[in-house]
Amino acid sequence: MIEFSIWTILQYLAQGLGWTLCLSLLAFVLGGAVGGGILLARIATYPLLRVFARGYIEFFQGTPLLMQLFMVFFGLSLLGRDVSPWVAAGFSLTLYSAAFLAEIWRGCVEAVDRGQWEAAASLAMSRWEQLRHVILPQALRHAVTPTVGFSVQIVKGTAVTSIIGMTELTKTGSILANATLQPFTIFGMVGLGYFLLCYPLSRLAHYLERKLNVLAAH
Amino acid sequence: MAYQFDFSGIWEYRAELAAGVVHTLALTGVGTVFGLLVGVVGGAVRGWRVEPYNRLCGLYVELIRNTPFLVQLFFIFFGLPALGVHLNEWVAAALAMIINLGAYTTEIVRAGVQATPRGQMEAGLSLAMSRRQVFWHVVLPPALGRVWPALCSQIVIVMLGSSVCSQISAEELTFAASYIQSRNFRAFETYIVTAVLYLLLAIVLRHLLNRLGARLTNRDVAKP
Repeated sequence: MIEFSIWTILQYLAQGLGWTLCLSLLAFVLGGAVGGGILLARIATYPLLRVFARGYIEFFQGTPLLMQLFMVFFGLSLLGRDVSPWVAAGFSLTLYSAAFLAEIWRGCVEAVDRGQWEAAASLAMSRWEQLRHVILPQALRHAVTPTVGFSVQIVKGTAVTSIIGMTELTKTGSILANATLQPFTIFGMVGLGYFLLCYPLSRLAHYLERKLNVLAAH
Repeated sequence: MAYQFDFSGIWEYRAELAAGVVHTLALTGVGTVFGLLVGVVGGAVRGWRVEPYNRLCGLYVELIRNTPFLVQLFFIFFGLPALGVHLNEWVAAALAMIINLGAYTTEIVRAGVQATPRGQMEAGLSLAMSRRQVFWHVVLPPALGRVWPALCSQIVIVMLGSSVCSQISAEELTFAASYIQSRNFRAFETYIVTAVLYLLLAIVLRHLLNRLGARLTNRDVAKP
């Protein structure tokens, strides 16, 4: 057994925290981009696109993230190449986040009064112009709070990628717990690490909710 | 490179899959019942700001909601034995689910309790009911009805989240899938089938909970 000083442990955990942060950012940005596309399909006038988007959302919201991860991990390797955990983790977290963000944003689009669509249409705007200039700017205000709230779910979701070998915070913790035989302390610190990432985001969501509600009341 | 899908190797493991489904549902059932209980107590404390428990509950809620379920599970299963608390994988998994769901339902029930009009509580108290009776008979039933959709979503999320319990070798559905794919070497097909099973479970569970919710609210409306 190797002796680890508390500083070495903290150093390793900080490294893991860094990877968790990177993965979360990646999933949030890419998931947001894909989610935007799914949103457009979900509210499209073309029925087939809507059906596809509904099915996509239903599937990714109705199955465990771990299953999605396994399917991507083993599915991509069927294409005949070795899949690094990074690719599998990034890919499945992107698809997962996209489904949830699309559903959140759909709610925000639908919260915009129907009259706004009609008014824009009566100004001879095309469907895209109505969305771009009239609907989305208003939906954006509703969207900020739940989107920040969902970012907490993404950070927590990255923990599952440790199972396919991503050396992020949870995996680092597992390795250290085995090496030091101090699982209580190590997993306590790992939990604290996630808390440090997630709690500010939760507070921010809470703050925005209050602030935007006050604005909306005026 | 064309890949030949082959689902035939899964049918012979149907018993394992069925057992996995049953165990996942059992875990979810235990987690839901006790998690809701924790949530009702926590929601009462938070909703009525019963100090000093209110702060304690707030700490519990924030700690659980801002850390991953997997880490909570590892902490309970690997960490607690260091304190002399040894739990087998099922107890650890169930406990983690109860603690996790309890935190979320505490916040959900609190929202329902706080939306109760003051007059209803005053009316209850003026009928010489104790605070506990007022909570149990006047405040709680409509509060639960109000937040029932949010509770249902959270229960489904916890059911899906239970798939990581396979990591402490609780033999639920994901564990069964991993076992099967290690035998028939058809990982992709096995996980597809398992994912579809989870999807069906989620749909059925949501449906059943919605019906239960409709019954709960109807009964409360019918009550004089």
